[in-house]
Amino acid sequence: MLRKITIGQYYSVDSFIHRLDPRVKLFATMMYVVSLFMANNWVGYLLGAIALAVYIKASKVPMNFIMRGLKPIIFLLCFSVLFNLFLTTGGTVLVKFWIITITTAGVKQAFFMAVRLILLIIGSSIMTYTTTPNQLTDAMEKSLGFLKKVKVPVHELAMMMSIALRFIPILVEETDKMMKAQLARGANFEEGNLIQRAKAMVPILVPLFISAFRRATDLALAMEARCYHGGEGRTRMKPLQYQGADRVMYLVFAVYFAAIIATRFLPL
Amino acid sequence: MSFIKLLKLVHNYTTYNEDGEPEEVNRAVDGVDAEIKKGEFVAVLGHNGSGKSTLAKHLNGLLFPDEGTVWIGGYDTKDEEHLLDVRQTTGMVFQNPDNQIIGSVVEEDVAFGLENIGVETQKIWKRVAESLEAVGMTAYREQSPNRLSGGQKQRVAIAGVMAMRPQCIVLDESTAMLDPVGRREVIDTISRLNKDEGITIILITHYMEEAVRADRVMVMHEGHLVMEGTPREIFSQVEILKSYHLDVPQVTELAYELQKEGIMLPSDILTVDEMVDQICQLS
Repeated sequence: MLRKITIGQYYSVDSFIHRLDPRVKLFATMMYVVSLFMANNWVGYLLGAIALAVYIKASKVPMNFIMRGLKPIIFLLCFSVLFNLFLTTGGTVLVKFWIITITTAGVKQAFFMAVRLILLIIGSSIMTYTTTPNQLTDAMEKSLGFLKKVKVPVHELAMMMSIALRFIPILVEETDKMMKAQLARGANFEEGNLIQRAKAMVPILVPLFISAFRRATDLALAMEARCYHGGEGRTRMKPLQYQGADRVMYLVFAVYFAAIIATRFLPL
Repeated sequence: MSFIKLLKLVHNYTTYNEDGEPEEVNRAVDGVDAEIKKGEFVAVLGHNGSGKSTLAKHLNGLLFPDEGTVWIGGYDTKDEEHLLDVRQTTGMVFQNPDNQIIGSVVEEDVAFGLENIGVETQKIWKRVAESLEAVGMTAYREQSPNRLSGGQKQRVAIAGVMAMRPQCIVLDESTAMLDPVGRREVIDTISRLNKDEGITIILITHYMEEAVRADRVMVMHEGHLVMEGTPREIFSQVEILKSYHLDVPQVTELAYELQKEGIMLPSDILTVDEMVDQICQLS
């Protein structure tokens, strides 16, 4: 029941986007996130959505796979939409009932918020779908390398992240197994109010944590046995090197970013 | 000179009480002397808690002796300067296949050790290809390790160790979590590496059938090395093995039981084929 979580996973297929240098993709994702917050009218969001659609098409990741990744955040999405809908003031009042007021500004704000969140999640997850954790780590390590000068443990952080990503499917599978074991003994995760359901999760979380710690100890030992001793003097099987296409894509993303900024000045 | 030498090796695990004071000292390995020659295939047997895993960790510089000395290919494991050399000389494969694969693609995982010791990129590719070939996993090089079976994962782990060109591989109960097919894959792979490439193999196990294929068997009991010899010598001593809570291979046990019933069979039968031979010779 938990295997459907696709967020943060790598989708293995050969495409133009998959072959891009991970630094380009990292840069593009950051640009995209910033651009979503820069956009302040429907033209900007439309442009963002179209750009994302083209990017997804080029990446050959199927749409339903991406949509499944959205499921876990539906609750968060509804939450923020409702808040924006009811708590935004200004504009003409549409509905007034008891303490609830819905205004045109609220509807607009809620709609934009939903669009922004959806694009944000898809935009950032498409990066992990098209980039292996190792490439991502390499990209972060290389492009944030300057932080080492101010004693930020860039390599260690990057390593931690890539290991975390590799262990997500394993831990998900384990959680699934534990839930089934508890279900077989009469546990009930589906019924009851929020507090009861949260309580039912405790017998899952405790063993999950213990086993995660045990795995961590084992993994640390295995890494040590294979001569891991931090980032110093490490070489790469797949060192990062920019190709022609990478430079072109930098330019494409810069043009997109400029276009988003331009939409801010549209007289709407 | 022998390749691996243990001299009066002692290892203590200390448990601490709530105030952080040592409460209990548990001697996991107690005065073990052993020598292993280059190219040997040694099986280490022992019941749970016999100290066999602790012993294995000493061979890779993951644990250090409390007393005594461990020499690996001429390096003292306590010598911090040569720690990485020790770990390159003896590779280690662990029990749980999931917890020792670091990369999210098979070939990247095999390359992990090479990256750590600073091998150049072209050489990494070459060695990864070679070691995947050696364990017969070339077809899976671009797959995610999560989709492999237990036996295949362990073969990837062996490839990761092989890529570092070790002289010795220590398998610490690496077959314990596998199904019979996976166990067979792993044992066949290491036997081949032992014969074709002359890699010293130290196999820690509690499956007697696996130990039969070794050149030499060592039996650990409560931290001591209690028996040592060829599989034939060891397994013919059924009574003594049982006193260490160990079994003998099924056919050996059968021969032993038949012998007790008065049927004239030799007590050092190790394989089914031998058993068939001997039974056919009975009149």
